[in-house]
Amino acid sequence: MKEFLLIYRNVPPTGDAVPTAEELKDISKPWLDWMGSMGAQNKLANVGNRLGFEGASLRGDLVTDGPYAEIKELILGYSIIKTETLAEAIEQAKGCPVLADGGSVEVRAIVPMNS
Amino acid sequence: MKEFVMLFRNAPTGDARPSPEVMQEFAKKWDVWLAAISAKNRFVSGSRLSFEGRILKPGNVVTDGPYAEVKEILGGLIMVKAESLDDAFEMAHGCPILLLGGYVEVRPVMS
Amino acid sequence: MSANNELIPHLFRTEFSKITAVLGKSFGFEHIEVAEDIASDTFLLAAETWGMKGVPDNPVAWLYTVAKNRAKDYLKHHQIFVDKVGPGVKQSSTEGYEIEIDLSAQNITDSQLQMMFAVCNPLIPAEAQIGLSLRILCGFGIEEIADAFLSNKETINKRLFRAKEKLRAENVRLEFPAPGQVDKRLEAVLTTLYLLFNEGYYSLSQNTTLRQDLCLEAMRLNFLLVDNKTTSKPAVKALLALMCFHASRFEARTGAEGELILYDDQDPALWNAELIQQGKYYLNLAAEGNKISKYHIEAAIACEHTVKADVPEKWQNILGLYNQLLFIEYSPAAALNRTYALAKADGKEIAIREAEKLKLVNNHLYYSLLGYLYTGVDNERAIAHLNTALKLAKSVADKVAIQKAIDRIE
Repeated sequence: MKEFLLIYRNVPPTGDAVPTAEELKDISKPWLDWMGSMGAQNKLANVGNRLGFEGASLRGDLVTDGPYAEIKELILGYSIIKTETLAEAIEQAKGCPVLADGGSVEVRAIVPMNS
Repeated sequence: MKEFVMLFRNAPTGDARPSPEVMQEFAKKWDVWLAAISAKNRFVSGSRLSFEGRILKPGNVVTDGPYAEVKEILGGLIMVKAESLDDAFEMAHGCPILLLGGYVEVRPVMS
Repeated sequence: MSANNELIPHLFRTEFSKITAVLGKSFGFEHIEVAEDIASDTFLLAAETWGMKGVPDNPVAWLYTVAKNRAKDYLKHHQIFVDKVGPGVKQSSTEGYEIEIDLSAQNITDSQLQMMFAVCNPLIPAEAQIGLSLRILCGFGIEEIADAFLSNKETINKRLFRAKEKLRAENVRLEFPAPGQVDKRLEAVLTTLYLLFNEGYYSLSQNTTLRQDLCLEAMRLNFLLVDNKTTSKPAVKALLALMCFHASRFEARTGAEGELILYDDQDPALWNAELIQQGKYYLNLAAEGNKISKYHIEAAIACEHTVKADVPEKWQNILGLYNQLLFIEYSPAAALNRTYALAKADGKEIAIREAEKLKLVNNHLYYSLLGYLYTGVDNERAIAHLNTALKLAKSVADKVAIQKAIDRIE
């Protein structure tokens, strides 16, 4: 088994509308079910994290504060899955709810930190 | 303490690969930088990424890496513990990717 | 006499482990067998003496006095032992060797907790941890342990002997873990208590009283952890909540002939309301802190099951909880239960698609699940799956339940 990082990207939402608890449930259910499905197949190595839109970048000495108006797409979050091949990892990624929302999933092989 | 993710990005180097000596030197710089974070008990986890990969877009459109069309690619990420975004951002200073023209993005983890 | 006949086994169950723990602590874990032997001797003497002279006014105090004297005798007659144990024993020039054996409530509790940390050690296999816990912490006889594991005395004796040897070789001490180590060491203790409880709850042994005793002992040890300040962590409370919820169904899940009654067929009137209440109380307490253990999630699932009505919201909640459980740790049982919950929450069609991906081809429960999902959708396929399940199932109870499902379709 190899590990792959799935990186979820999409255009950040515009406006300040805060979703209600009910709406949040509707948004998160497809995500949780999709990841739960990978978990049930024993292919989820690390459920990963959802990232907040705030943030800051450092390039050389240049600091840019988020939420990055100049960037079209933002990383929303990531997970780590374990599959035999990259092709299988992509197959798994096809169920990701971000795609239905116009976003993308980047699938990348992980190299162990100390190699 | 809250959790933050540091994303390391750089422009793809194409076919120009650095010499083994240069690679080793950078690996050492990374080790030193990460060890300093660990020593403060702020390191949670991390992943280094290989160039192998694909991008999946709506409608099952698959784009091959190494991403000729993108300006920069993600080289890896680590999760750290910090009191605030500023505190986490402090730790980004000295990251070796800055020496290679890359950059560090720091983002809070949502519970 | 008859009171005596009932009193001694009862006291044995409650006091044997206390005496063993305290003596074990005084002598050191390397001499744990000596502690066990003295505790056994004490009860042997009680059986003889009380049979002839009647039961003393305070039987527990009597046992403690005898145990203390036996321990002192042992030390007097085993010079080498005394030399070895030396530091733990107070030497007095006038009276020879004077040993301080502290059978106060506080020291009994501390010794039992320390014994728990010593025995629940990942250095020895899980089944050895459970076996040693049953012997040393719960006062079970070798025969009872063999019965619970569907094994024989020789195997259990060998297993416990090897486990003690290993712990001795690793120089295990009876002490509380350092403050920074508590969480990590507790993880191992909780795993053992969880397995001990499950051994009783799901064991194939026909002895229902014994199985219930296993569960109650796991709960008693868990209560010790909850009542102690340093070990009363959220995960400990969550595990206790889980045990309370499961235990609330003891009466409802066993039929008149000792047969297992499945959840769907249970009479909720027989569920123990007090234990359900207690489960909710500890689950609430477990909510402190920000770490969610698998025990939190399993307890929350068990809590949802305390309401029998099949409302869609309940199954959406259970599905979400099983998803979360799988994020923490994969297990075939969680994968199967998640898929069952998916069928209940979102329908069989999607659940069938998900079930086909699991490929747990050696697991009879997998084919039982497929059989259930296809029932009413494609009965021919349902029967084919159930027949595979029948071939893979080992216990009689499982086979009976699968056959029933087949008969229902036909």
